[in-house]
Amino acid sequence: MKILVCVSHVPDTTSKIAFVENNTKFDTNGVQFIIGPYDDYALARAIELKESSGASVTVLNVGTADTEPTIRKALAIGADDAIRVNAVPTDSLFVATQIAEHAKGYDLILMGRESIDFNSGVVHAMVGEMLGIPSVSPVMKLDIDGSTVKMTKEIEGGKEQVEASLPLVAGCQEPIAEWKIPNMRGIMSARIKPLKVVEPKGVENSVVNKNFELPAPKGAVKMISADNVAELVTRLKTEAKVL
Amino acid sequence: MNILVFIETAEGKVRKTSLEAIAYAHAMGGAVTGIVFGKADEAELQSLGKYGATKILHAADSRLDQQVIQVYSSVLAKAMQEEGTDVLVLAGSSLGTPVAAKVAIKTNGSFASNVPELPNTSAGFVVKRSIYTGKAFANVELKNAKKIIAIKKNAAEVKELGSNALVVNYAVSLNDSDFNTKTISHEKATGDILLPEAEIVVSGGRGMKGPEHWGIIENLAKALHAATGCSKPVSDMGWRPHHEHVGQTGVKVAPQLYIAVGISGAIQHLAGVNSSKCIVVINKDADAPFFKAADYGIVGDAFDVLPKLTEAVVASK
Repeated sequence: MKILVCVSHVPDTTSKIAFVENNTKFDTNGVQFIIGPYDDYALARAIELKESSGASVTVLNVGTADTEPTIRKALAIGADDAIRVNAVPTDSLFVATQIAEHAKGYDLILMGRESIDFNSGVVHAMVGEMLGIPSVSPVMKLDIDGSTVKMTKEIEGGKEQVEASLPLVAGCQEPIAEWKIPNMRGIMSARIKPLKVVEPKGVENSVVNKNFELPAPKGAVKMISADNVAELVTRLKTEAKVL
Repeated sequence: MNILVFIETAEGKVRKTSLEAIAYAHAMGGAVTGIVFGKADEAELQSLGKYGATKILHAADSRLDQQVIQVYSSVLAKAMQEEGTDVLVLAGSSLGTPVAAKVAIKTNGSFASNVPELPNTSAGFVVKRSIYTGKAFANVELKNAKKIIAIKKNAAEVKELGSNALVVNYAVSLNDSDFNTKTISHEKATGDILLPEAEIVVSGGRGMKGPEHWGIIENLAKALHAATGCSKPVSDMGWRPHHEHVGQTGVKVAPQLYIAVGISGAIQHLAGVNSSKCIVVINKDADAPFFKAADYGIVGDAFDVLPKLTEAVVASK
């Protein structure tokens, strides 16, 4: 079985978000980039499947040369080889088009439920649509039984058991697998694993980022004594008007 | 401008978030048609007129009772073509968002999700999107002729204004090949208010010391008609189910009121609650970072404060 894992290269979840150049560019100053946390779950499940059933695992990233440490980390975790589509991942349609271009021939295409920078949460659905194969997200459990994939999908206030046939696209989230930390042997071998750089397929942008903004700053917290909780109820009613 | 609203149902009842989608479409101006798939109550569909839909297309085919994303997206793309739809509006959800994304591909539409407010059409068609898990916004221009918008909770205020909508039976032709996923079973919290839709949320963290102490959280939630949530460690330890986990990698909530009890306020938790209108933090530790992100704070022991707060809420009614 051939598995393709699509990973995003995103700011660490603790990053302070700021913009530069008149709020048109993300400020990367002092920001540490990581494999998208949801993509990391997808990768971990792929490596488990590799270990249990001898699948091959290819990692794909749409990004500029800056993302190579992230790709090497995915290789160190256990992927066999990697593809980098040399482009800035501008929007979901663009990224989905690039993935679909390289995903043919793979049985299972895994990725996170969403990237934690733009949060659209639709690349898996778009890739499935472009390839004419099922897509399921967010998947919390995924097992393969012959050509049938058995999944647990989270829905609002609960979960569903879903089945579909291979080939399939799945957007993953916890607890599909435990995150894997690369060991020294993995890190050493990752340096020599194949990383193919390809140029992107042209896509006419249907969505254009004009600029960014930050939420309005919050006012100071109003402290209320633990001996007077009734005052909180009063304030929530009359001042905040949320009760 | 012709606007089509995809109206989501759960067990035959219209979901509350879909009322917001109708209200959003109405506030945009233009003719608003709604479309509903599968089993639904005729009188309830007529009542959607009150929120701004003039016509409701009801695709009552029983095969649509199973909510298959591929099937829904095919029917919706066709409906957009037949109705001459310019803009498709729906509430973002585990069903709605992927359906919308597929419709965008089928119709060559411009797509935006997590949209918290009305579009700005003064120059082009620009929508705001919530990005970096609520830590920022992007203003994006939707350039293509067809536009597809998945809104975030509270993007529009639901008001009752008009009269009943005209409900039209909508015949569909379904492709067998679109039934490409099969739902075997559901497991759903029963009778509770759904966390992503709740107007008030009461969440507990590690400070609650164990799942056996959740009764006082539930009592307060009950008094407030609130949903219950929890922090990541709490769901990781199995004290509460994963679908209650609020945060960066869990549910992102946008209630009117969020009450956090015994949660220190890690940045990953804040990412899930920063769209809340008002945040109350109750924590024993006066230095808990969550206080900095709160509107109101109480330094105190949850086991002492919560019962008193529940009492005060009940007394105030």
